[in-house]
Amino acid sequence: MKRVVITGAGTINSIGQDFSQTINSLREGRCGISSLKFKDVERLSIKIGGQIHDFEPERHFNRQQLSLYDRYTQLTLIAADEAIAQSGLTFNGELAASTGVVLGTAGGGVSTWDDNYRAVYEEGKNRVHPFVVPKLMNNAAASHLSMKYNLKGPTFTISSACASSNHAMAQAFQIVRSAQSPVMVTGGSESMLCFGGIKAWEGLRVMSKDACRPFSLNRNGMVQGEGAAIFVFEELEHAKRRGANIICEIKGFAMSSDAADIVNPSKHGAARAISHALKDAQVNLEDVGYINAHGTGTAANDKTECAAVADVFGHHADKIMISSTKSMHGHIIGGTGAVELIACILALRDGVISPTIGYVEHDPECALDVVPNEARDAKVKLAISNAFAFGGLNAVLVLQKV
Amino acid sequence: MDIRSKVIEIIADQAIVEPSDLSDESTLESLGIDSLGLVESIFEIEEAFNIQIPFNANQPNESPFDISSVATIVQGIEKLIQEQA
Repeated sequence: MKRVVITGAGTINSIGQDFSQTINSLREGRCGISSLKFKDVERLSIKIGGQIHDFEPERHFNRQQLSLYDRYTQLTLIAADEAIAQSGLTFNGELAASTGVVLGTAGGGVSTWDDNYRAVYEEGKNRVHPFVVPKLMNNAAASHLSMKYNLKGPTFTISSACASSNHAMAQAFQIVRSAQSPVMVTGGSESMLCFGGIKAWEGLRVMSKDACRPFSLNRNGMVQGEGAAIFVFEELEHAKRRGANIICEIKGFAMSSDAADIVNPSKHGAARAISHALKDAQVNLEDVGYINAHGTGTAANDKTECAAVADVFGHHADKIMISSTKSMHGHIIGGTGAVELIACILALRDGVISPTIGYVEHDPECALDVVPNEARDAKVKLAISNAFAFGGLNAVLVLQKV
Repeated sequence: MDIRSKVIEIIADQAIVEPSDLSDESTLESLGIDSLGLVESIFEIEEAFNIQIPFNANQPNESPFDISSVATIVQGIEKLIQEQA
């Protein structure tokens, strides 16, 4: 088995237009949640989200590209440009033939569905643009990334709701660890901040109208965000030989299914994913210093997640710092695990633990160190990133400082 | 705007050339317009003239609408406008 490291990282989300801005925002505990701006927002009861407001697609893409790129694809390509540039890799010959792209997204081109349904249903149009299908499909972003960088290896998209990115990165990790390819490009993207996207979520009655306050007793639901994060996963010796800048190591992962309920989380399913991930990584659980929580800010998730962590870690749970950065960038659904991996990088590489902002009141059912409101300096050897999706699908990654 | 000028505008836009570079004899193929560009051109023409163009990308040569050159497209549009009026 090969060892796998991260040699490139890129992102765009509501708290940063790139990786370093995002790192700074996480340090500062900056909130990217604001009033949503899009057509028909006044007809929604939920009017806040982690929306990227200062992004002008026309500055990045030409007209032909814009006719093919849904916003989730645009965000993917911007994050990928940064990650691949940072890695210093160029793809040709054998490396291009083996390197692929595994991405996570839950909804794919949601705005494209929404815009075109509006055109035919509301506006009564009988014709839509011929690129609607290639624009909205869930693999569009992975395919465009593959075409742009000549990546001809295994390329696909994983859709497991809020765990999509973690499942995707686990697959990319497997491919590099099992020596199928020395390099893989992976991560995830989501952009469903449009009328239809939020209207569907409103129906579930799990959204907050004012703020995302994970683990706080007065939490009242999740807040959606949008964004993408892309990483270059590389085999350790391959990275060393070319003198690459190594950001951190990915040690292991595990996935599990609750096999119980389509929306309610299960402590057992989550705990099995965490403990199997630690076993896969062959590490001591006492070395885990930070957990990037799934931490959605819903009543059900946060107490279930804390109970799962307490079960797996026993007494050591009291020494672990666990924070939810969704309080800052919102829940980026299928892209969330990818953006949240940046908080793990910040912890391992820079020794800074991202805070859970908006924390007001202690909840006895979430009695862990949730790093309330302010970032903290701490040396951490191992970090884990949790993702527990609707449908009971769990994926957990274990990362190590280099 | 007359039909011919509008067709030239749409096709030139697809081919990323100036409208003045096109003539009646210009073909989509000679302008390097690929299959996606072709269906997008048809869409733009349908939108511009509010007509339905019978075209199946699987059988491009069996379409009653001759999409090969600027002149045949203009003729086809004139016929469809008459029929679908």
